Formats: sequence, structure tokens, C-alpha cells
Amino acid sequence: MTTTACFIVVSKNDIPIYEAEVGSTVRQKQEQAHQHQFILHAALDLVQDLAWTTSAMFLRSVDRFNDLTVSVYVTAGHTRLMLLHDSRNEDGIKNFFQEVHELYVKTLLNPLYLIGSRITSAHFDTRVRALARKFL
Amino acid sequence: MIGVGKPKQYGNVLDKPLSRGRQEVSLSAFAFLFSELVQYNQTQVDNIAELERRLEDAGYAVGARVLELLCHRDKGNRRETRLLGILSFIHSTVWKVLFGKVADSLEKGTEHEDEYMISEKELLVNRFISVPKDMGAFNCGAFVAGIVRGVLDGAGFPAVVTAHFVPIEGQQRPRTTILIKFAEEVLRREARLG
Repeated sequence: MTTTACFIVVSKNDIPIYEAEVGSTVRQKQEQAHQHQFILHAALDLVQDLAWTTSAMFLRSVDRFNDLTVSVYVTAGHTRLMLLHDSRNEDGIKNFFQEVHELYVKTLLNPLYLIGSRITSAHFDTRVRALARKFL
Repeated sequence: MIGVGKPKQYGNVLDKPLSRGRQEVSLSAFAFLFSELVQYNQTQVDNIAELERRLEDAGYAVGARVLELLCHRDKGNRRETRLLGILSFIHSTVWKVLFGKVADSLEKGTEHEDEYMISEKELLVNRFISVPKDMGAFNCGAFVAGIVRGVLDGAGFPAVVTAHFVPIEGQQRPRTTILIKFAEEVLRREARLG
């Protein structure tokens, strides 16, 4: 089953620090990738308002575009993990977010990592893609 | 036999599991490290205000990480969205993890709506430090003030946090108070959330 999915991590200051196309359709057209990022950024306003109304970290689907849904997970430091997807598998998405959150905390604990800067580690990239294949 | 019971070696830090906590560091090692930190910064600056600012920045980095780590590890992935919630989180959870005990007291300021104070009889970082007379009101608790500011800023409650000595009658050493003054937007948002 081919799925489209775009995953980005946005810092507290609304700067994307990590992005990855994790869908199983291999050949994504360039316009589609740009469109995915645009949809995710447009959803940031909604996330901002929603984040202050609940103390949960997993905010389910916050926005819709055609048949694609945006799901968001907000960490304690207001770093947003956002996923644009077309599947209905909520549990899988929640587990995916929790695993990536743990990876993010480990990255953060590095005292030489400047919080809010881009995550450039290739190992982090590999792990996220592996998790996406597993849960999505 | 040699090699039996050797702990598993992980290739990359991202593969290692997050530690469960309960890691204790010797007090003397910490005191030594902190004193070296202060001395190093003393050589880099010309005045007291700059020194306090540097210590605060060092604490800020710690605070931001402590917030993420504790919410993930101890609080079962629940964020704090209210003012009193984040203050009691700092007062109990953060203090317990960093210093081994909850803070002595948490008070609301009487003159201003946006001021709160966390007091401690003897701040751990100040325990082995004596400030010479010519340094005036310098307080190494600026490091702890930085930690608190890091936690508050990360959680979305920007504030100005400072450390002060408050002399108490009948006691030789003054009490340390961390004064937290929240930004305007925090109060407005709190009022809006009701």
C-alpha cells in the first residue's frame, strides 16, 4: 500500500529543524514535496492555539487538505513534530511520534547541540526513516 | 571468566536507552566543577553584571534540557500549560532531580501580580562559596536562576529570573531567593485561559 507522508520537526521559534519525506511512494514529484511543506507550515497557527488548551502532547488531526491530514505532537519545550499523511492509522502515528520524541530528547541532551538549530545527524535521519517504515 | 557480564556497547548515542534516573554525582565533584566554572568566567569578564549573565546563560542551557527530559521521563508526556502548574513543577520535580529535595518555599509576590519567589535556606551551589566584600551583591545562585529561566522559557512562560540574598535574623548565612518576574504576555494568556 503506497502512502504519502511528510514529516517535519518545527522548533519553538517556528523554524523547521528537520524534514523528511517518509511515505512509501518512492518517486515524489518535486511540486508535491513543496506542497506538503506548505500545508504543514500553514497548519502552524492552528497548532499554536490548540497547544494551550490541553496538557496532552499528542494533538490528533489538526487540519485537513483534500484527502491528507495533518497530525501534530507537541513536546514540553514546544517543539512540534508534524506529520502530513493520508492513512487512518492513529495508533501507529502516535507510537511513531513517541519514538521520535525519545530520539529528539537524546539529541537534545548533547550539550554541544544548540537548541533550535538544525538536526544534521545522519544517524538520526536513518532512525526516523526506519521508524516511519515500521509504524506508518 | 573475563568478558562475561560486560555491558552492551552501543554504536551511537541515539541507540543507547535513556537512563532511568537515580544517577547521583558526588557533592565534592560538583562543587569543584562549579568553582572552576565561576573562576573561568571571572577571567573572561570585566564586571560583576557580565559574570552573573554568563552564569545565567550556562544555567539556561541546563534548564531547557531538564524541562524536556523530565517531562518525557517522569511526567508521562504531559505538558504544563498553566502558570501555577509550571511553578509547582519547578518547585518540586525539578528541584528534587537537581538538588535531591523540594525547594523550601514558593510564594507569590505581594506588591506585583507578576512576581513569584522560590526560597531556599542554603542553595546547593552557594554552599561552598563565600563572596568577598568588594563584589557587592554578586550571587552565584545566578546559575540556578538561569536554570529556572531555561525551564520557564522552554515551556512558553518568558520571565526575568534573578537570585538575591535575603538576610534572616538569628541566622548567620542569608537565605537565597529566586525572584521570577513574568512577562506581560504570560499574564494576558493566563487571564484568557481563565
